[in-house]
Amino acid sequence: MISKIPEGPLAEKWSRRKSDIHLVSPNNKRKLEIIVVGTGLGGASAAASLGELGYNVKVFCISDSPRRAHSIAAQGGINAAKNYQNDNDSVYRLFYDTIKGGDYRSREANVYRLAEVSAAIIDQCVAQGIPFAREYGGYLANRSFGGVQVSRTFYARGQTGQQLLLGAYASLNKEIAAGTVKSYPRHEMLDLVVVNGEAKGIIARNLVTGQIERFGAHAVVIATGGYGNAYFLSTNAMNSNGSAAMQCFRKGAYFANPCFAQIHPTCIPVHGEQQCKLTLMSESLRNDGRIWVPKKMEDVEKLRKHQIKASQIAEEDRDYYLERRYPAFGNLVPRDVASRAAKERCDAGFGVNETGLAVFLDFKDAIARLGHQKVAERYGNLFEMYEKITASSPWDEPMMIYPAIHYTMGGIWVDYDLQTTIPGLYAIGEANFSDHGGNRLGASALMQGLADGYFILPVTIGDYLSKKFAEPKTDTATKEFIEAEKAVQARIDRLFAINGTKTVDSFHKKLGNIMWEYVGMARNEEGLKKAIKEIKELKEDFYKEVYVPGTQFEFNQELEKALRLEDFFEIGQLMAYDALNRRESCGGHFRIESQTEEGEAKRDDSAFMYVAAWEYKGQDSEPELHKEPLKYEFIEVKTRNYKD
Amino acid sequence: MDFNLKIWRQKNAKAKGHFETYHISGIEEDASFLEMLDILNEQLIREGKDPVAVDRGCKSSGPVSFDHDCREGICGACSLYIDGRAHGPDDHVTTCQLFMRHFKDGATITVEPWRSAAFPVIKDLVVNRGAFDSILQAGGFISVRTGAAQDANNILISHDKAEESMDAAACVGCGACVATCKNGSAMLFVAARVSSLALLPQGKVEAKRRAKAMVAKMDELGFGNCTNTRACEMECPKGISVSHIARLNREFLKAKFSD
Repeated sequence: MISKIPEGPLAEKWSRRKSDIHLVSPNNKRKLEIIVVGTGLGGASAAASLGELGYNVKVFCISDSPRRAHSIAAQGGINAAKNYQNDNDSVYRLFYDTIKGGDYRSREANVYRLAEVSAAIIDQCVAQGIPFAREYGGYLANRSFGGVQVSRTFYARGQTGQQLLLGAYASLNKEIAAGTVKSYPRHEMLDLVVVNGEAKGIIARNLVTGQIERFGAHAVVIATGGYGNAYFLSTNAMNSNGSAAMQCFRKGAYFANPCFAQIHPTCIPVHGEQQCKLTLMSESLRNDGRIWVPKKMEDVEKLRKHQIKASQIAEEDRDYYLERRYPAFGNLVPRDVASRAAKERCDAGFGVNETGLAVFLDFKDAIARLGHQKVAERYGNLFEMYEKITASSPWDEPMMIYPAIHYTMGGIWVDYDLQTTIPGLYAIGEANFSDHGGNRLGASALMQGLADGYFILPVTIGDYLSKKFAEPKTDTATKEFIEAEKAVQARIDRLFAINGTKTVDSFHKKLGNIMWEYVGMARNEEGLKKAIKEIKELKEDFYKEVYVPGTQFEFNQELEKALRLEDFFEIGQLMAYDALNRRESCGGHFRIESQTEEGEAKRDDSAFMYVAAWEYKGQDSEPELHKEPLKYEFIEVKTRNYKD
Repeated sequence: MDFNLKIWRQKNAKAKGHFETYHISGIEEDASFLEMLDILNEQLIREGKDPVAVDRGCKSSGPVSFDHDCREGICGACSLYIDGRAHGPDDHVTTCQLFMRHFKDGATITVEPWRSAAFPVIKDLVVNRGAFDSILQAGGFISVRTGAAQDANNILISHDKAEESMDAAACVGCGACVATCKNGSAMLFVAARVSSLALLPQGKVEAKRRAKAMVAKMDELGFGNCTNTRACEMECPKGISVSHIARLNREFLKAKFSD
């Protein structure tokens, strides 16, 4: 496990690495094949850019079109160090905010590179015709986001992810039309094929016919996003899953910092037992919305009984707890801090809905200050979406929000070149672990996906492929491919053979409950040990009692879910192992045993300033921990402080 | 709440489809339409394994397949023709944003897939919308290579033009316009893309080629013609205006005249 971080000053590392990388000539690129799995911002931008370079690319997605990938749902915006606002922003400041926001658990060199390429992403996206918000003079507009004190977020209403993905998808379409990229929609990767220690292809199931198919290449890129759906209820799309990452893990790729999951503070609260999906309200709302709960318990009780409305509670009886606790950042503290503060108030009994798990996000002051039209321009579609779901209008009454699982900072371990511990296997975007440390800042996921896909991977993968152009096309009739296919078939046969009585979702819900209870917003040793044990038992029940209806050779969504759930069990356990090992509070990972007297997270840099990279050691065996020490050469490591 | 659900069942593209009726009870008002279908599927899976139900003559054909993903109205995966309307009785929503409080307790609800020659059924309520990808591959892009772009603020775009372009770019590619149109035309879908790019200076260079190529592809793939009924605009979950079709027609004519 060598991180391959280039020597030299921080600002020169990326250009040094680029000048060291061997090139592949255009006639040789034509001979090389690359598989890209996933078509979100990372996968689509990588596949398109690799196609433009002249490689032969095969791109896979589980949905009916690459455009459905869950990047599409990102609302708020994308960060870039353009300093268009003249507010003293810079590459260094974006780098610094990201490292600090990540609670000093990410690599300096990777994060600096991310900040360095951020400006080019905006240029690229504008050139593709993405209709970013504009000022009246025709220049690009910016907004602020949590965890920073400058305004560097570019946006397209509350649909920034959609517009960026449609841009990357358009570039992908251009390459599909040009013949450099071949698209395989409704195909799900079910295993990675490793030949002589190198990634050489995948086994995939055609989700329409159910056929198992083999695909060979000279390199494989995983861009399949995060594993937040291990919690069952999350803001992730229903089909988002961590299976490709787990397949790579079982084939030898290390998995880094799995316990770092982000709990987003502004989601619509759970409404009842029948719910399957939580909806995020963009963090950009915290720019102008103020978060509060009542000061008096009697007001809380009246609210729960619907005897009063929030708007009737007097100003002096409201506790704007973020502004009270964190005066310097107020409502714009990072996500982990805002989430825990909401939990603290609700645990103290001040939750404002029937379940006691909700706080207010209020736009009354913003509407008075900015006027109806300005607020509508900024948040109109979000207000509408909220009203559609809850049947309550944010124009009249404050929104109700509560934290929910949203993003996973952990992922497949990669070196500076985004290569995993398996040569020829790369991981990009949310699927890797590299840039966000213990907590991701708002509007940085889009930035990282596109940085990896447009500007980093297409360069670094050349270094590996420059040694491979003489190799012929990968033969998929070899024993490695046959064995991998047989193993996939055996997995499917096993699921049908169980023929129990319980549905896949019933097990997934139970897994979600275990995860939220013990591996959620606050974790301790006892709970984590319990989680590991309970997941093991649940898994055993699953293999005795699950019922997967239908057959393999048809469109079968229950089979898809069952295969993904098998991997979620393993991810859940891996998260618990990692959380158990990390006996400090850090970013999104809060260990109850490690907090200050005021209840703030307490990091332990002397013992845990490392990346925890886990190696697979077989079914139900404890994975082996490898530590990559984090060295901070260019910045001073501090306690995160959003108070003053 | 209780409902009778009359749902289109079709084993695969070649099989003949038919309606089956199911009864479902205990649905919360705040449940979404797709959550209601999830609950139905749980019920159908259990019934398929329940010997008592099978003895009673309950012939479950298994859970109902339907496309869905983000469940927040942005990915465009969900479809469904509900009681004769694309995405159901509420305005400006996708099916995943439709809530059961919009239905009367005890109602019979009819659920069908998109019906269009260009969108063949894969199974039950799932259709193949690959034709939309093909149309966009014909020209729905700006030919810029990664890394070739100039500084973003060198291209000035008026606030209003950017907003209008964004109105069109909000299309989620769900196919409601095609399913609603009596001719099965994809004009609103094509127009949204053509218009969004034609409004921006970056998109102007290829505007003529784009309009011609996309319209030609649409015709080739078996979509019908536009006869200006405006039904597509009424049913578009994103409220995309038919004024974009007018812009597409202008772009298309300009391209034809310059041939």
